[in-house]
Amino acid sequence: MNSTVFAPWEDPEQKPLIRFQNVTKKFGSFTAIDNLSLDIYEREFFALLGPSGCGKTTMMRMLAGFENPTSGQIELSGRNIVPVPPNKRAVNMMFQSYALFPHLTIWENIAFGLKREGKDKETIATRVHEMLRLTRLERFAKRKPHQISGGQRQRVALARSLAKAPTLLLLDEPLGALDAKLRQDTQFELMDIQEKTGTTFVIVTHDQEEAMTVASRVAVMDEGKLMQVATPDRIYETPNSVYVADFIGDVNIIEGRARFLEEGQYEIDWAEGQQALHAATSAKFDNGQTCYMAIRPEKITITADKPEAADNCVQGKIHDIAYLGNLSTYHVELPNGTIIKAQTANTRRIARRSFTWEDQVWLSWTATAGVMLAR
Amino acid sequence: MRRFALIALPYAWLLALFLVPFLIVVKISLSDVALSIPPYFPQFSWEEGIGAFLAELDFENFVFLTQDSLYWKAYLSSLFIALVSTALTLMIGYPVAYGMARAPEEWRPTLMMLIILPFWTSFLIRVYAWMGILSQEGFLNQFLLWTGIISTPLTILNTNTAVYIGIVYTYLPFMVLPIYAALDRLDGSLIEAAEDLGCSRLSAFWLVTVPMSRNGIIAGCFLVFIPALGEFVIPSLLGGSGTLMIGKVLWEEFFSNRDWPVASAVAVVLLLILIIPIVLFQRNQQRASEADQ
Amino acid sequence: MSRFSWFNAVSLTLGFAFLYIPMIILVIFSFNESKLVTVWAGFSTKWYGELLANEAFLDAAWVTLRVAVFSSTLATILGTAAAYVLIRSGRFFGRTLFSGMIYAPLVMPEVITGLSLLLLFIGIGLERGVLTIVLAHTTFSMCYVSVVVSSRLATFDKSLEEAALDLGCSSAQAFRLVTLPIIAPAVISGWLLAFTLSLDDLVIASFATGPSATTLPIKIFSAVRLGVSPEINALSTIMISIVTVGVITASLVSKRKMVREREEELMAVRS
Repeated sequence: MNSTVFAPWEDPEQKPLIRFQNVTKKFGSFTAIDNLSLDIYEREFFALLGPSGCGKTTMMRMLAGFENPTSGQIELSGRNIVPVPPNKRAVNMMFQSYALFPHLTIWENIAFGLKREGKDKETIATRVHEMLRLTRLERFAKRKPHQISGGQRQRVALARSLAKAPTLLLLDEPLGALDAKLRQDTQFELMDIQEKTGTTFVIVTHDQEEAMTVASRVAVMDEGKLMQVATPDRIYETPNSVYVADFIGDVNIIEGRARFLEEGQYEIDWAEGQQALHAATSAKFDNGQTCYMAIRPEKITITADKPEAADNCVQGKIHDIAYLGNLSTYHVELPNGTIIKAQTANTRRIARRSFTWEDQVWLSWTATAGVMLAR
Repeated sequence: MRRFALIALPYAWLLALFLVPFLIVVKISLSDVALSIPPYFPQFSWEEGIGAFLAELDFENFVFLTQDSLYWKAYLSSLFIALVSTALTLMIGYPVAYGMARAPEEWRPTLMMLIILPFWTSFLIRVYAWMGILSQEGFLNQFLLWTGIISTPLTILNTNTAVYIGIVYTYLPFMVLPIYAALDRLDGSLIEAAEDLGCSRLSAFWLVTVPMSRNGIIAGCFLVFIPALGEFVIPSLLGGSGTLMIGKVLWEEFFSNRDWPVASAVAVVLLLILIIPIVLFQRNQQRASEADQ
Repeated sequence: MSRFSWFNAVSLTLGFAFLYIPMIILVIFSFNESKLVTVWAGFSTKWYGELLANEAFLDAAWVTLRVAVFSSTLATILGTAAAYVLIRSGRFFGRTLFSGMIYAPLVMPEVITGLSLLLLFIGIGLERGVLTIVLAHTTFSMCYVSVVVSSRLATFDKSLEEAALDLGCSSAQAFRLVTLPIIAPAVISGWLLAFTLSLDDLVIASFATGPSATTLPIKIFSAVRLGVSPEINALSTIMISIVTVGVITASLVSKRKMVREREEELMAVRS
């Protein structure tokens, strides 16, 4: 590891800023968070990702102090914060609905938290101005929330939650209410502000693309459990389970039985009359153990003729083509009915495309292109 | 601690000034009339203890209510008057609400204001306004004589007809508002879809509009029926000596006859009768709000 | 819905005529010269003069106004607290009883409410007068206030309160600085409703009062029992005009505000 790369989670000497220790949260008989432990480090941009109801919002609300864990402990800078009420925590939150106070101006909204701290007028004015500049809202200081656009409201909410210079900023689906185009711009703006202020951000989102774009690390959650915690590229390239592989991006999952070949090399018998697949992995599998091959469509090459040297190679006919502009996804049906998706970049104009419906094609990929998973 | 105070204050107030008084009514309804102050027996006293006190209570007054035909006639007549005037209010209120819902968008706030305005004006004055209209030499008779429809003045004031008119008039906004609210939410394309599928305008109205405004109709009917049943002002100003309504009977029993135990028993029975429509109303509201979600 | 038809126009015209003609007649005949209220004998404002010279009416009006101000203010405080408890306090001991007691007075016949309160006042030996009317009016109008306020609170975005807590408010500060200013319109309409109910009430006040205090509705009732009188017409006209001016102003103000906000929102989207 290069020492200039930001990766405090790799360094055993680093003390985490936030530490969840065996946290369980129950609502009646429903378990929202199930015995979960997690460390988050200073200056991280950490994303909690999962489908709705997976417990990510509960995690955030426990950090803010709106919910208390049923058991376990949450530490902030080494101190247990469970008994601390929300108004006494050095944690601020940006709400999904923004929760801007409709009866106050933008200026007053941003100054709200500072006034509660009892800061003098000058300090407050300076700080509010600083925040307005950071979020490019100077022109709107005197307006009320209903007098500005959705994107501007989002920035006010951010400015207000950052004004108190919290140790930790929580963002609950911060871009959920924005349209797709604005969302992309805002993602980069968020990263920029996070870098400028050096605040630790924890973001909750169900949008995997958003999590991948902004976060230094992503935690994929399901049913109150952490499925995988890793950097975006590792989550994408080496998911640890079918669930994570399937949740992030598009993937082909092929079920089969493992057969040991040599150290780090396995064959997967996956269908009657089909050649076994060849996969490289550092994980250990027993002979005959059920396993899954997860392979991303863009890692599959599609050709008209059988490639000469390929670790894995299957033939099928094109069942469907999804044209996405920059990319095309081919749905190829194998003789046994399995559909495999393969993606190619559209570097040529559409008229010159080589494949069309019902064409017989060959799909191939290398032994290291896919990931072999036990579950 | 602060939360406790927040709950305790309104709670204690309602216990002391709503529940306790009501329990007193129940208790007095089980007592006997007596020539004393206050005019009923037994009075609770600590010396004799609660057992002796309870032993004196009985259902005599309720038995009395069933024996004297005045009371059950008054209950039946109140129910009848309330039902008829609810039906009349619905017949007049539905077309008004329907017209409001179909009026051009820019008129609606004004129409809405015109429906709400009478609600803010004194109930008593609105009932009073009809006294001058319905009397023998009143405006209605003057008008009808002038047009030649009748040759001798009609007697309307101090009859049940006047009571119906008074109830319909004063409770009309309560019928119009919930129906309008239901019709206003109705998606116009539903009617178009019904007509597209072969309905005439009239059958589209019966098959789509009316069922879709059902919750509004039910809410409106209960909002008229429940208060009309215990009405006092309208029968005593517009009704005659022949108009029997239980609210009036209770008032007279209490103020004129000073028979507190019987008045209390009348109140308890009235409440028991009211519980049925109130529970039904509550259910309807609950269903409506569930349907909204 | 659209397609305004003849049938709609006719039913609206008749409906509103039915609602307004009696009141218009009442107003017109308050300016009648004659004592006979059904025969027009020329324009005069003399009944207004007589009304203003009638001490009994003025006294009653003063009592009514005082009762209405006190009871509606008390009812607003209690009703708002009750609404907050109902919507925000989750479960507590006797919650069902509490919400039952909030809704029951709304459907309780006035004669029963009045009777039960009178029996209570006699039972505890409280002398009947202005105080007992205030207590009685507060009790039933707080329920109306709490219904109005709780319907507003039910749609209130709870995250606004959480945001206030998150930014350092205690829960009392959050209520004072955030919740209250936002629900203020509902609280004010609750107050107005309570005020009107108190001004209007005849039955409960008749039970709750004693010889020392007579409210305007009681006075009007005993006068009109004897028949129609031009003085009462004049009084009614004054009351109707106050309400009309009030309602029209309120709806104009709220309409202007709505239009302005909509325009500002449109501008905000465009900018």
